[in-house]
Amino acid sequence: MREVFLPRTLDELWDLLHRRPEAAIYAGGTDVLVKLRAGLITASGLICLERIQELKGVRDQGDEVYIGAATTHRTLLADPVIQEHFPILIQALNVLGSPPIRNMGTIGGNLVTASPAGDTLPPLYVLDAEVEVRWGDGAKRLPLSQFILGPGKTSLGPGQLLTGVRLRKSADYNVHHFEKVGQRKALAIAIVSLAAVLQVSDSGRIEKARLAWGSVGPTVIRSVEVESALEGRIISRDTLTKAAALAQTAVSPIDDIRAGEAYRRTVAGNLLLRLINYAR
Amino acid sequence: MKINFILNGREIELTVPSDIRVVDLLREELDLTGTKESCGSGECGACTILVDGQSRLSCLMLAAQLQGREVTTIEGLAGNEGRHPVQEAFVQAGAVQCGFCTPGMVLAAVDLLGHRPDPSRAEIREGLSGNLCRCTGYQKIVDAVEMAVHREKG
Ligand SMILES: Cc1cc2nc3c(=O)[nH]c(=O)nc-3n(C[C@H](O)[C@H](O)[C@H](O)COP(=O)(O)OP(=O)(O)OC[C@H]3O[C@@H](n4cnc5c(N)ncnc54)[C@H](O)[C@@H]3O)c2cc1C
Ligand code: FES
Ligand code: FES
Repeated sequence: MREVFLPRTLDELWDLLHRRPEAAIYAGGTDVLVKLRAGLITASGLICLERIQELKGVRDQGDEVYIGAATTHRTLLADPVIQEHFPILIQALNVLGSPPIRNMGTIGGNLVTASPAGDTLPPLYVLDAEVEVRWGDGAKRLPLSQFILGPGKTSLGPGQLLTGVRLRKSADYNVHHFEKVGQRKALAIAIVSLAAVLQVSDSGRIEKARLAWGSVGPTVIRSVEVESALEGRIISRDTLTKAAALAQTAVSPIDDIRAGEAYRRTVAGNLLLRLINYAR
Repeated sequence: MKINFILNGREIELTVPSDIRVVDLLREELDLTGTKESCGSGECGACTILVDGQSRLSCLMLAAQLQGREVTTIEGLAGNEGRHPVQEAFVQAGAVQCGFCTPGMVLAAVDLLGHRPDPSRAEIREGLSGNLCRCTGYQKIVDAVEMAVHREKG
């Protein structure tokens, strides 16, 4: 039998991590408990973060918004601050898993799982999210793109916890677009996803573009070439077709059970064409 | 470990292995076999229960997590006046064939109506999208939830 711990404060957690350094951590458990059942986790103890209030909820801090790592997807979806300032995150959360998965799963779990198909990652990349990492007597803040190192890999060291995500409010973007292609609508792991935030002028010119693709590389893919192919141009079929061709070479997908490499490449480009809906 | 929680309106105290899954606790230890298990990995919704009113998958929860919570399984949904309106609507609409998915579907619908009392048909489908049914083709299940909505409104 494995011992299960439910610490109520970070101090209790540091103490536990010190006493049981081999224990596995989980928040919603929607990744960990699946792996546990499959025999992929051998830790002799489990530490559940769900009762630690300090890790939960959304805090509006003026220019910034702080999201506790153990905040569930459902809580984020219902949060007025997230709805107002980060609609692209809402769009991605709306298609993450299914209602019960969103009731249980957390943003921190999604990030630490570091799946190339993790649905919150592309939006958080285009929003230049930072993460907060803490340990017994220290803390640091770093860009999400430096936190995630590869499939299933983060820069978290032993005894370190992801405590939160920081997002800067920005009035820069008036287009917030997320689309995920999967095998079906609900409970579908992304085959390809695209997050795009754009600043489009009244005349339809793209002043600023930030794009990120999921599921087409070892981690989220960004492309300065594609962004600069869009910036300064009017949203048109021609502009988007050219950018789509660049996008197809920018991504580095693989074949797997869900889709082939060539299909993913094509879709990664074609998802850009959808931005025509934002033409003036 | 010892855990205390409210199960279907009654406070209980149990001594259980802390890492036993909630679905096993309910079915094997407490003989509440209304909660079903199919995939065991979050994909099907057959094991749905309500924890503090929200739908949760009992195959992805460990017993220790129930401490201090309020749990409703399908066995606890009916009140003194008989079936819950959603249960009644499932019967009236003919939304049950083999019945394996039904407990999870009903509880998912109760959660949905709890936070969205007047959902559109599309919202009902979305709200039940974590629950698989291999018999009905879903139409009558969605009909049933619509029926429950209209009945609530009187
Ligand atoms: C049926 C099903 C469908 C799914 N569909 C999707 C989908 O469509 N899109 C998608 O992106 N994901 C999907 N997932 C994966 C999963 O639900 C999400 O990644 C979810 O956000 C994980 O959160 P969690 O809290 O449940 O993670 P957990 O399982 O609790 O933890 C995941 C990992 O993160 C670590 N961890 C958690 N919190 C912290 C923290 N604060 N600090 C340090 N480490 C931490 C754990 O140790 C573990 O390694 C699905 C899962 C299932 C079972
Ligand atoms: S048995 Fe729990 S979701 Fe399928
Ligand atoms: S009625 Fe048989 S699975 Fe739904």
